[in-house]
Amino acid sequence: MIGLPFVYAIAGALFAIYAVLGAIDRRWANAAFWALVAVSFLLGDRLGDIGNGVLVLGLVAIGGFGFTKAPRPRTDEKAPRGDAIFLPVLIVPAVALAGTFAARWWPGWADPKQATLVCLTIGVLIALAVSMVWLRPHPATPFREGLRLMDSVGWAALLPQMLASLGAIFALSGVGTVVGGLIGDVIPNGSLIGATIAYGLGMALFTIVMGNAFAAFPVMMAAVGLPLLIHQHHGNPAIVSAIGMLSGFCGTLLTPMAANFNIVPAVLLELKDRNGVIRAQAPTALPLLLVNILLIWWLAFPR
Amino acid sequence: MLVLAGIAVIALGFLLRFNPLLVVAASAAVTGIAAGLDPLKILAAFGHAFNETRYVTIIWIVLPVIGLLERFGLQERARAVVAGFGRATAGRLLIVYLLFRQLTAALGLTSIAGPAPTVRPLVAPMAEALAERQAGALDDAQRERVKALAAATDNVGLFFGEDIFLAIGSILLMKGLLEQFGIELQPFQLSVWAIPSAIAAFVIHGFRLWLLDRELAR
Repeated sequence: MIGLPFVYAIAGALFAIYAVLGAIDRRWANAAFWALVAVSFLLGDRLGDIGNGVLVLGLVAIGGFGFTKAPRPRTDEKAPRGDAIFLPVLIVPAVALAGTFAARWWPGWADPKQATLVCLTIGVLIALAVSMVWLRPHPATPFREGLRLMDSVGWAALLPQMLASLGAIFALSGVGTVVGGLIGDVIPNGSLIGATIAYGLGMALFTIVMGNAFAAFPVMMAAVGLPLLIHQHHGNPAIVSAIGMLSGFCGTLLTPMAANFNIVPAVLLELKDRNGVIRAQAPTALPLLLVNILLIWWLAFPR
Repeated sequence: MLVLAGIAVIALGFLLRFNPLLVVAASAAVTGIAAGLDPLKILAAFGHAFNETRYVTIIWIVLPVIGLLERFGLQERARAVVAGFGRATAGRLLIVYLLFRQLTAALGLTSIAGPAPTVRPLVAPMAEALAERQAGALDDAQRERVKALAAATDNVGLFFGEDIFLAIGSILLMKGLLEQFGIELQPFQLSVWAIPSAIAAFVIHGFRLWLLDRELAR
C-alpha cells in the first residue's frame, strides 16, 4: 500500500538534489538548509524526538539569521512553446482528481488517510516524466528551475510546519484552556446576542492567534458554545458548530500564523508585501464574519 | 496566565518583522518555560511535532514541474490565451475561478488547485494580463493588488466550499468533538449548514471582484 513513506522518500530525494546543486554552486547556507530538510524527510523517524529538535534548531539557525541567499538569476534563455504547455500543468490536478476517486472505488492500493498526498506525488512524477519526454531539456533543468523557485521561497517554505509544531507546544502548555476561560469570563450573563458574538468573534480571534480554526474550535465549543449557546439557550448544535467553524475560517484569512494559506502565496507570487494576501482578504473576511455571527443568531435558536 | 506570554512573543515578533522562524522558536521556548516544562522536554516535544507534521511541507515537490514549464514559457502562454477572450476581465475571471474553487471543494476536490499548482502558473498571470488590458498600464500597487486578489480568491473559494463536503477534516473534527459532549450528529447535518455562509462568501467576495473591474476601468 502506498502511503506517507513513499511520499516522504520522494520529497527527501528532491531536497537532497537541491542540497547537492547548492553545494556545486558553493552556496553553502542554502545547501545546508535543504540538506537538513532532506534528512528530516528521509531519516526523521529514526532521529528520535531530541534529534528532530536539534534538526529544527539547525534550520532556525541557518534560516532565521538570514544566511540563505536569494536564487541565482536565470542565465539561459527561455524557450517558449505553444498552448500544449498547459497540458503538463493540468496533469497534477487531473491525477489528484482521478486518484481521489480511484482510492474511494478501488481501495487497497493507497493509504486512505493519505490518498491526497499520495495522488499529488504521483501526479508530480507523471507530469515531470511527460514534460521531460516532450520538451527534452537537460536532465538537471527541472531541478535547477525547481531550486531557483525553492531558493526564492527560502526559509518561508518551513514556516507552516514550524507553526503547526508551535501549535503542539501551545496545546501541551494549556494555552487553549486559558484563552477559553478568558473569553468565557467577558460574556454578559444571560445575553443571547452577547454569547453569540463572543462565540463567533472568539472563534475568529483564537484562530488568528493559533493560525488554525481546528485548534480554536474545541476550546471555544467547550468554553462558550456548549455551556451557553447549546445548553442555556437551546441552540441547534449542528448550526452552532458548522457556522462557528466558518467564523474561525474568517480568522484564518486574517492571520500570518496561517502561513501556508497567507504567507506562502505571497512569496510564490513574489509580492513585495509579505502580508499582501492578508490585506486583500480582510475586506472579504470581516463582513463575512459579521454575516456568520448573524446567521448563528438567526438560524440556531428557537423563537 | 503566564503561558500567554508565548502569544505575545508571536504577535510582537510578527509586528516588528523579525524573521518568523526565530519568532516561532522563541515563542515555543517562552510558552514551554512559562508552563514549567524543562528545556529538553520542550525541544523533544517540538522535534516530535515537527516530525509528525512533515506532510505540511510536501506541497513544494510540485516546483520542479512548474519551474520547468515556466522556462518553456508557461506564464507567457497563460497571458496570451486570456488576451483572446474578448469580453473577459480580471474581475470576471476571478469570479469564475471563485465559483470553480467553491464547487470543486464542495465535492471534496480540495487539492486539485492551490497557490503552487494553479495560482502562480495560471490564475495570477491571466488576471494580471486582463487587468493590463483594462487599465492600459498597471502601476506597481495595482499589479500587486491583482496578484494578491488572485491568491485571496483561491483561499476564499477553498475555505467556503470545503465544509459542504461530508468527509472533510473539519466536519469530522466537529462530529468527533460533539460526540465527546454526548451530542450525536451525522456529517450531513453539519455540512448542510455550511451552505448559507458559502453563498454569503460568494456574494461578498464576488462583489469586491466586480469593484476591482470598475476600479481598473477608471
